[in-house]
Amino acid sequence: MLRLIVALCLTVIATTARAEIDIKQVTSPGGINAWVVEEPSIPFVALELRFRGGASLDLPGKRGATNLMTALLEEGSGDMSAQEFQSKLEDLAASFSFRASDEMISVSARFLTENKEEAIALLRQALVAPSFEQDALDRVRAQVISGIASDEKRPNTIASTTFYAAAFGDHPYGSSNDGTAETVATLTQQDMIDAHSNALVRDRIYVSVVGDTTAETVGALLDDLLGELPADGPPLAQDVAFGLGGGVTVVDFDTPQSVAFFGHQGMKRDDEDFFAAFIINHVLGAGGFQSRLMTEVREKRGLTYGINTFLVPRFHAEMMLGTVASSNETIAEAIAVTRNEWARMANEGLTAEELAVAKTYLTGEYPLRFDGNAEIAKIMVGMQMIGLTPDYVVDRNDFIEAVTLEDVNRVAAELMQPDALHFVVVGKPEGLESTQ
Amino acid sequence: MTRLFAVLAVMLSAVSAKAENVTTYMLDNGMEVVVIEDNRAPVVVHMLWYKVGSADEPVGASGVAHFLEHLLFKATDVLESGEFSEVVAANGGSDNAFTSYDYTAYFQRIAADRLELMMQMESNRMNNLRITAEDVETERQVVLEERNQRTENNPNALAREQFRAALFQNHRYGVPIIGWKHEMEQLDLQDALDFYDLYYSPNNAILVVAGDVKPDEVLALAETYYGAIPAETQLPVRERPEEPPQRAERRITYVDARVSQPYVVRSYLAPERDSGAQFEAAALVYLAELLGGSPFTSALGQALQFDAQTAIYTNASYSGSWLDDATFSFSIVPSEGVTLSEAEAAMDEVISAFMEGEIDPARMESIRTQLRASEVYALDNVQGLAQRYGAALTQSLTVEDVQAWPDVLQSVTEDDIKAVAAKVFNRDQAVTGWVVSNQEEAR
Repeated sequence: MLRLIVALCLTVIATTARAEIDIKQVTSPGGINAWVVEEPSIPFVALELRFRGGASLDLPGKRGATNLMTALLEEGSGDMSAQEFQSKLEDLAASFSFRASDEMISVSARFLTENKEEAIALLRQALVAPSFEQDALDRVRAQVISGIASDEKRPNTIASTTFYAAAFGDHPYGSSNDGTAETVATLTQQDMIDAHSNALVRDRIYVSVVGDTTAETVGALLDDLLGELPADGPPLAQDVAFGLGGGVTVVDFDTPQSVAFFGHQGMKRDDEDFFAAFIINHVLGAGGFQSRLMTEVREKRGLTYGINTFLVPRFHAEMMLGTVASSNETIAEAIAVTRNEWARMANEGLTAEELAVAKTYLTGEYPLRFDGNAEIAKIMVGMQMIGLTPDYVVDRNDFIEAVTLEDVNRVAAELMQPDALHFVVVGKPEGLESTQ
Repeated sequence: MTRLFAVLAVMLSAVSAKAENVTTYMLDNGMEVVVIEDNRAPVVVHMLWYKVGSADEPVGASGVAHFLEHLLFKATDVLESGEFSEVVAANGGSDNAFTSYDYTAYFQRIAADRLELMMQMESNRMNNLRITAEDVETERQVVLEERNQRTENNPNALAREQFRAALFQNHRYGVPIIGWKHEMEQLDLQDALDFYDLYYSPNNAILVVAGDVKPDEVLALAETYYGAIPAETQLPVRERPEEPPQRAERRITYVDARVSQPYVVRSYLAPERDSGAQFEAAALVYLAELLGGSPFTSALGQALQFDAQTAIYTNASYSGSWLDDATFSFSIVPSEGVTLSEAEAAMDEVISAFMEGEIDPARMESIRTQLRASEVYALDNVQGLAQRYGAALTQSLTVEDVQAWPDVLQSVTEDDIKAVAAKVFNRDQAVTGWVVSNQEEAR
């Protein structure tokens, strides 16, 4: 039945640990590719599916359609009502989750070996034959609108929403994929059908399977599960430039602690300097208690419980972002310290010792990630989506090790732009006002 | 309350590991050791649990258990401030800690061959902390910002705090883990040291090591590092104030302009899992599932979200993982145009109908199957297993209790559920809370 199985026994080696992981690449008779790890020691299977495109495929005026459609996949399909579907799922003790983002639709499933066929049949029905009944549509719509209202009163969400809107405007990245109360209120059954046929398509699918199964059986399973979906969909969203300049935007909100969401342009995942940027971000604000920002803002000054930065290479834009929360009286100081650290990184880069310590951590931590069926399945599907091959799990630590001090310091000077940093601050911050 | 944003479920799932993978020891100084072997990945989780939490704090010093947890990352006689976490990171690992009402736990996740180093450092900070007044000043600001982030900035958390304070009339479960703000502001070096000196000792601790290890090797290391520490002879018996008979229903309306969606919650006092007596807790697990587990199949979900469009969200929840009294809680978010009184009345009708009606045997069988399966899924997460044992052993359960729990769950009958429901659903032992953005919504 199989066109192809490529088996690779890969050993992830770090100075501190080695993880052995045997990834088999499978192509089904119908042409669907998957990565499989056979792990028979626990009698269940973890399956991860990704459909690239997701909510960024929302049609004009239909913002929120893909999100609502995705939420409805578990709300009735085939000849089953929502309640009949869920009862069956509970009887099998399987679990499915369906989530939409602007990058993808994610489907996570886990099911017992003993009723694998029934669980797959149920998942298939949800994916290929959702019924989008009006009562289910109205019920879930009310839940989504309630969630949108909550987000409008949550400081963290207000901050990120304001930031993205200013950075990306009309591009899907500029608005929440939940839609607005107004757009969601007008969505119809036909909108659900359209969103489904646009987003759940075979040529944008990525699959990983880990657990008590064999690579030989996965191909037929995938054709059965996904074979009836449309072959392809409308074009993906366009790339978009990061359109927000340096400055501060204060959003007035009556709460005792101000929340800041900040950042500027980032770096593409396939940039040859990506690993240098990854290390810089780790040292600056992603390395837990050891990061420079945690040391300066929390440990030395007690200004916050946590400050973090993130290198965010999305499919259509790249950002370097951060978050910090501090009392209204102290947020200005927390931001000033953050700006200083940003400038120090741009001007001075890392020390040789910082680079060595970061490499030890990053290479040592990597093999520890592969510690469960569900974890491995998620890692593998993520790798496929950004175009990596299975050997990456072996080579990845070499990419980290290959970064030199000259590399990181050259990249730090380019990547870190203290004057381009924009802070959106939600609260009643003292001593901070919107620029312009 | 964690030292950093680690996402750790404090409510443990209600199933246990296969007994054959678990080995237990007792050191001569009274420290318990639990080893869970899982050789799938070259990882070890090293957790040290102290049988002390916020509900053991002295009156007037709320938050000191959690504050001390933060201070344990400062200097010791051999480690500089921050060096503990630096060494863990330098070995490719990660570390953190968390505090609850009944326990304080410290853990590292690291390559299995670094276990000895972790034990060396963790045993060192059990007795040799060197906190300074300056550490205390700065870290107090950090925990106050943590309280801002978790509670002051979150109307739902502020409401929960009010409701728990009303539910517990005498027990310290009514005081927030992170502490009341005015008491946190007064915590000083002596408060932290007094708590540390009394409670941080091997006879008040449980070591849980899970992952790619051999039990006898773990024991040998534990004897070397933890076994050398003398037992604390002054360790007090763990006795906490008990609830008096509760004689009156409490009702609270919490008003906060930051609330976007009014809702109603009700919490009843309920029995917890006790050693050798877990059957009522097991029945309550079923009760929560039957009444408000899945929105699609539970009684509340069917009645309020499907049969009538009264609510957009319904839930019933229970966890038996407490040293003292547990709680059984409902929450209902009404649909647009439905008042809180109407939503609460609809909820009470469902509870009454449940008490008068028959329990569907098919639902019972479905829940039994799901609980059995959750046992299988739990084996995929070795850190989750470690937490299950650690939490249980700090809450007066034994390894045998943890291992018996899945069977106790399987043995629950319809009559057991009705009996415990009749006992728990007593409004004199309950708080009903309304959370609204303004007084007009409180109707």
